[in-house]
Amino acid sequence: MLNSTALATTTASLTGQTAASASHRSPLRPQEAWLANGTPGEMSSPASTSSLFNRLQLDDDLEDGRDPFAITDTRDLFVTVDDPKKHVSTMETYITYRVSTKTTRIEFDLPQYSIRRRYQDFDWLRIKLEDSQPTHLVPPLPEKFVMKGVVDRFSEDFVETRMKALDKFLKRVADHPVLSFNPHLNAFLTAKDLNKRQGLALLTKVGESVKHVAGGYKLRARPAEFSAMGEYLETFSQKLGNIDRIAQRILKEQSEYLTELREYGTVYASWAECEEELQRPLEGTAGCVATCCRALEDQSESMNQDFLPVLREYVLYIESMKNVLRKRDQTQAEYEGRLEAAVLRRQEERTPIPAEVEKCQDKVECFNADLKADWERWQSNKRHDFKQLLTGMADKNVSYYEKCQAAWESLITLLQDRQTEDKSNETN
Amino acid sequence: MVQILDEGSGLLGRMEICIAEAEKRSGKNAMSMQETFTVYLIETRLTDAAADGRSPAPNFLWRRYSEFELLRSYLTVTYPYIVVPPLPEKRAEFVWHKLSADNMDPDFVERRRVGLENFLLRVALHPVLSDDRILHRFLTEEHGWKEVVCDTGFQAKADSRLRALNATFRVRNPEKCFLEMKHYSDQLQSNTAQLLRARARVADRLYGVYKIHGNYGRVFRFESKSTVPVKPVNEWSAIEKEMGDGLQSAGHHMDAYAASIDDILEEEEHYADQIKEYLFYSEALRAVCRKHELTQFELEMSSQDLVCKKQQREELATGIVRTFSLKGMTHKLFGHEAPEQKEARLRLLEEMIEEGEETVRVKTAEWREHVDKACEEMRRFKEQTDRDLREALVNYAVMQISMCKKGIQVWSNTKECFLKM
Repeated sequence: MLNSTALATTTASLTGQTAASASHRSPLRPQEAWLANGTPGEMSSPASTSSLFNRLQLDDDLEDGRDPFAITDTRDLFVTVDDPKKHVSTMETYITYRVSTKTTRIEFDLPQYSIRRRYQDFDWLRIKLEDSQPTHLVPPLPEKFVMKGVVDRFSEDFVETRMKALDKFLKRVADHPVLSFNPHLNAFLTAKDLNKRQGLALLTKVGESVKHVAGGYKLRARPAEFSAMGEYLETFSQKLGNIDRIAQRILKEQSEYLTELREYGTVYASWAECEEELQRPLEGTAGCVATCCRALEDQSESMNQDFLPVLREYVLYIESMKNVLRKRDQTQAEYEGRLEAAVLRRQEERTPIPAEVEKCQDKVECFNADLKADWERWQSNKRHDFKQLLTGMADKNVSYYEKCQAAWESLITLLQDRQTEDKSNETN
Repeated sequence: MVQILDEGSGLLGRMEICIAEAEKRSGKNAMSMQETFTVYLIETRLTDAAADGRSPAPNFLWRRYSEFELLRSYLTVTYPYIVVPPLPEKRAEFVWHKLSADNMDPDFVERRRVGLENFLLRVALHPVLSDDRILHRFLTEEHGWKEVVCDTGFQAKADSRLRALNATFRVRNPEKCFLEMKHYSDQLQSNTAQLLRARARVADRLYGVYKIHGNYGRVFRFESKSTVPVKPVNEWSAIEKEMGDGLQSAGHHMDAYAASIDDILEEEEHYADQIKEYLFYSEALRAVCRKHELTQFELEMSSQDLVCKKQQREELATGIVRTFSLKGMTHKLFGHEAPEQKEARLRLLEEMIEEGEETVRVKTAEWREHVDKACEEMRRFKEQTDRDLREALVNYAVMQISMCKKGIQVWSNTKECFLKM
């Protein structure tokens, strides 16, 4: 399969393949390839010709100008991660998750697959994706390492949270117009036994190629938009950190509140035992406080299960994003370095600028385009996710208060019922 | 203020009573040292006169907390069988950390004003206490009242009683009704105290939960633009194109949410005060029980004394010494005394017995009166407790509902903002 020798051609052929499979066009020049991402928004790019744009628009107008989440009907690859199972062998204990796939894509032999994968396999997939598609933003996996003793790796909560995160990861990959066509993903989703050595040669080559330019080279002209992205990520990660800290503090304070509230409820209950007339009112109050405690437990639980993991995913996402930005800078640095050298040589020897340098330039532009497309997609995902996250939080709080309100209202009915009962007894 | 107005006549049938305001003053105390204190303006107005069409002028006078204390101790001593309504706390107790424990704090003074008014109304509603003339003078004559109270000599009575109360005595046959009441007052005290402690801790935590939400406000919102034309790039709402506005207004709602807890807890303090009143009531209830023990003790002592005297008389008359005594020994050793001496001693004993019988009669009457009146009073008190605490619980539930409604309101508004993102 991928037998390319240099990073530049790797990228070109990969994106080319994708474009070919997506719109049945022959392999394109890299400048065209980025358009296959499905975001023809970057019209300022000099590489795009109007005719090409028109052709592409036919393919992509469904997505154009729309919220990408409204386009679920155009999706043709559906993946789910669920049903965690614990495996105990003499060597190790680990959890596997069921990965189910439904698809109409011709790259898949069957319309449906169901296999079991463990965390390591997801990790393998992610590394493969990142290596084979360095110009793209690969979604993050949940943290691999957990503090021993602090978190029980096999606890139901932990497995559940991790399962959700893995599901999110795989869904994001499957929804990505380029990553979802990656053969590694195909293998991951379909192969009974994952041959993890596959493509190892490529890995080392890409690694070297990246290392090669990882010097302390200062870019001449980094496009402002990428600097802005970097700044944005800085601020955003800071905000996320703040929100995460606040949420944690609220959870901590809430759990302490819960402890006190439970105690408070017991006081009413034990007081009720000492009273005759007041027994029922006090018991009722105790019951009401207990209901509020349960409502609060639910609320805290959902914060733990639904709110914090999303924040954490985005913290990791930011890291991935920064990583891609760094790689882009390296690619540009390599190009600028070579260009400078070539220009110098030309002045001395009057030789034309070698094709190698042009290739580098293509690579940079390809990278920029991929990155911009991924950035747009990421922004739009993020907006959607945070909207959902925050409205979800508001909903949970509303429902918590509603439960409490209902409990207190029923208490009032109980107290007043008793009072009217007393009065009727008096009149009788 | 007090929801027991329907209870009946009392003083309130004829008079409106309220504490209109509180004022801070400073002056010299008995030791001629400068001190700051708070005085409370008592406003009274006769209402039975109003029925004639005349609207009587209200009467105003200032009283200090210490004067209320004096009134209460007078009432306690004079009516030992009555569960005298307690005064509000002298110093704030069971406070959660944000609440000031300072005596001069305006919120504390206000809560005490309400408490003192409540005390006066409770006293004025009491079937027995409301007819007390010292109480009337307390309400209507600013000057010279203290002297009148002291003239009643209640202090001396209180002192001797206090000594007796402090002395260890054990009643042989305590009345069942009092035993139960004593037990009840112990339980009431421990239950209310525990409740107040738990509530203060709950309030502390709840305050924390709300206030931390205010931090969301700070993250969502950017600083006011009016001050310096700084680029508000550091705020989340400022770096988001589409989400900015929604975040911004959500931030304001979070601020409002954090601020709302102050009012909620301030209101809840009223509930705590109602529970506190019953914590102090438990002390008053116990005092009635202790006084019963005292009268019973005195009765038992004097009866015992009388039995003893009677026995001596019998011994003297018959010459048979049933119990071993020094006197018996001397009689045996030195022979019997002269008949005149014997007669004189017999007469003396007769007198003492008569006296003793009288004492027992008085003590029995006192004891009976105390038992009857106190049992009646405790029945009344129990009814009042049940009614008041039930009422307090209803009010508490209403308060909680209003808190929930506020919470629902704020979070729904916040949700609207998020939906616009």
